[in-house]
Amino acid sequence: MALFSRRKTHFVDSDILVIGGGMAGCGATYESRYWGRDLKIVCVEKANIERSGAVAQGLYAINCYMGMQWNENQPEDHVRYARNDLMGLVREDLGYDIARHVDSTVHKFEEWGLPIMRDPETGRYQREGKWQIMIHGESYKPIVAEAARKAATEVYNRIMVTHLLMDSKKPNRVAGAVGFNVRTGDFYVFRAKAVIVSAGGASHIFKPRSVGEGMGRTWYAPWSSASAYALPILAGAKMMQMENRIVLTRFKDGYGPVGAYFLHLKTYTQNAYGEEYETRWFDKLRETIGDYVDHHPVPTCLRNHAFLEETKAGRGPIRMVTKEAFQDPHKETVGWENFLGMTIGQAVVWASQNIDPKYINPELTTSEPYVMGSHATCSGAWSSGPSDYAPDEYQWGYNRMMTIDGLFGAGDTIGGTAHKFSSGSFTEGRIAAKAAVNYVLDMGNDRPEVSEAEYEGLKKAVYQPLENYAVGRNEIVGGTVSPSYLLPIHGLQRLEKIMDEYVGGIGAGYTTNEPMLMRGLELLGMLKEDLAHIGAEDLHQLQRTWELKHRVLASESVTHHTLFRTETRWPGYYYRADHPKLDDQDWHCFTLSQYDRATDKWTMEKAPVYHIVD
Amino acid sequence: MPTFVYMTKCDGCGYCVDVCPSDIMHIDETYRRAVNIEPNFCWECYSCVKACPQHAIDVRGYADFAPLGHSVRTLREEEKGTISWKLKFRDGREKNFVSPIRTTPWGSIKSASEYERPSVDALKSQELAHEPDALNVPKLPALTRDKLKPGVP
Repeated sequence: MALFSRRKTHFVDSDILVIGGGMAGCGATYESRYWGRDLKIVCVEKANIERSGAVAQGLYAINCYMGMQWNENQPEDHVRYARNDLMGLVREDLGYDIARHVDSTVHKFEEWGLPIMRDPETGRYQREGKWQIMIHGESYKPIVAEAARKAATEVYNRIMVTHLLMDSKKPNRVAGAVGFNVRTGDFYVFRAKAVIVSAGGASHIFKPRSVGEGMGRTWYAPWSSASAYALPILAGAKMMQMENRIVLTRFKDGYGPVGAYFLHLKTYTQNAYGEEYETRWFDKLRETIGDYVDHHPVPTCLRNHAFLEETKAGRGPIRMVTKEAFQDPHKETVGWENFLGMTIGQAVVWASQNIDPKYINPELTTSEPYVMGSHATCSGAWSSGPSDYAPDEYQWGYNRMMTIDGLFGAGDTIGGTAHKFSSGSFTEGRIAAKAAVNYVLDMGNDRPEVSEAEYEGLKKAVYQPLENYAVGRNEIVGGTVSPSYLLPIHGLQRLEKIMDEYVGGIGAGYTTNEPMLMRGLELLGMLKEDLAHIGAEDLHQLQRTWELKHRVLASESVTHHTLFRTETRWPGYYYRADHPKLDDQDWHCFTLSQYDRATDKWTMEKAPVYHIVD
Repeated sequence: MPTFVYMTKCDGCGYCVDVCPSDIMHIDETYRRAVNIEPNFCWECYSCVKACPQHAIDVRGYADFAPLGHSVRTLREEEKGTISWKLKFRDGREKNFVSPIRTTPWGSIKSASEYERPSVDALKSQELAHEPDALNVPKLPALTRDKLKPGVP
């Protein structure tokens, strides 16, 4: 008997299991209860849903709101916007679906108590930009969590889900999930008829700019550990567009947001010598990407591209011109409250360096790449679309069901739906949940079966890192260097270095090619083997170990996708130096991957892109 | 800016441990008070700072890029529905801000199960909970299949 597998096992049965209690998970939990009055709804979260997910510290804007009641925008408009920003490639059926429902979500948030600012003249929500409305959102997450807690049969906080469970009697059907309690160390077997994965995307797979104490101050939350992808990948679900990583242009070091500054405060960027620089790079860009550069608004990646080129040309730092706008006391207040509401660390950086934007134009920088599905990027699982209009190739079951029966997704988990942000993620959780309720009711008395051999095997694997440490620790006097095990931080730093150097991180100028990617895959393969030798000193480090394992699997997926797409579709996010042009002839399509756990092999394929006819 | 805890203020209640999204606030076994065990995984989200009843948790900007001498303090008052901020720059200048955090009483959200039970027809429709009413437009928009075509637009 292994040292640590005598841990107590709890069995939790439910009809619908929601994994991850961020915005999407709270939306899924709420909607599951609304439609499934008699169902058992369980939400499991590795932290505490009161403050978990990417919205933990709050938001100062809701970036996805149509305003249909005032005829401000229609869902088709948002689809065109997201399509344009992602250089033509989004799941327009899914994007439309979110856009048509998102207003009802936002109206509910306001009813629940979220302070949404109003335009004093029109009485409408205060617009920051065409899609954004301004909020006092410090308590955005606690408010949404209150609604989810009331809806759930049970919320399990502090349980890290490590694997999904598959049905032992019907192939390709999900049956639940396993995980461990990071406080008690107990093992949990969640048995469910339907599972909704609404976990977080991936920060810390590429080396961040700060690698000392400040490594946690990434743009995307450090607790977003790629479970959104690793859970479905391991179960064999098809993934899409995992190469579509995002790079953010943000205020330096704190990664404070620039949206309100550009859109509401009307600040603008210039190089170190006070010159506008973006347009000077766009003519040359036309040679590699054609007329995409003339689209309006200019896609996010292309604006990054101009920033990177201008910096390479030696005319940095790039600054945001704030001195004019901040002379207006109202705008100055908005500028500061914008950070205090969602990126407090930026206010700290400015306070520490005596940067008052009223007198100094602050520096900008570009972040390391992240993989997620809700911002100006759309990596994630390949999912079935809405039944009323999705094309046949996008429809094989219930809305937001992945390529595994009973496995649904929402938020950063689902690919193809860029620009959904917080409100769209919550909305997608609602969409997935209603479909899951229908799935469960249609199943009748049928119930998936979980094999004891499967969960007992996973239980041993889950606690193995504790045993690795306990045994290996006796070999050495002390310190962090052991011939038998690596600590989770060692594995994370190796991963970040591989991804940075070979898969297009900041150290490589966001550039890669086939030989680099092949070498990266070799090194990732060895890292995967070494993951069997991670030593976890305690339950906290056990959580870090499983976060690392999820990150590595997602990274492998990213690398395979980057290798498969032999073009440079999103200059400014990454460059394939061996295929520097955008190639609509061969690559106006989605990339899909599928991982086979038994053989450790990845299979790649293309899928068609459907556009809404204008 | 990672968090740290003042020895004389912390009473070891564990609210910060309970709320930290990164699982880095733990109770020190010797001192029975909270401690940030992993500052390089701190997002400076202030969840622990806001939750601390003793105001025992503060932050010091990340050593890699934040010079000393600054402070960003906050007071979150649920009953008043506000959050207040006091910023102090390295050179001593100060700024103060106050924002609302909620317009309704805490705990007042109507549960999803308190609404009238939806019909079977509604369950099979495309409408989500509270729609179409909550959309503030008469009808949920929809596409037809012929509106979607493959290829380059």
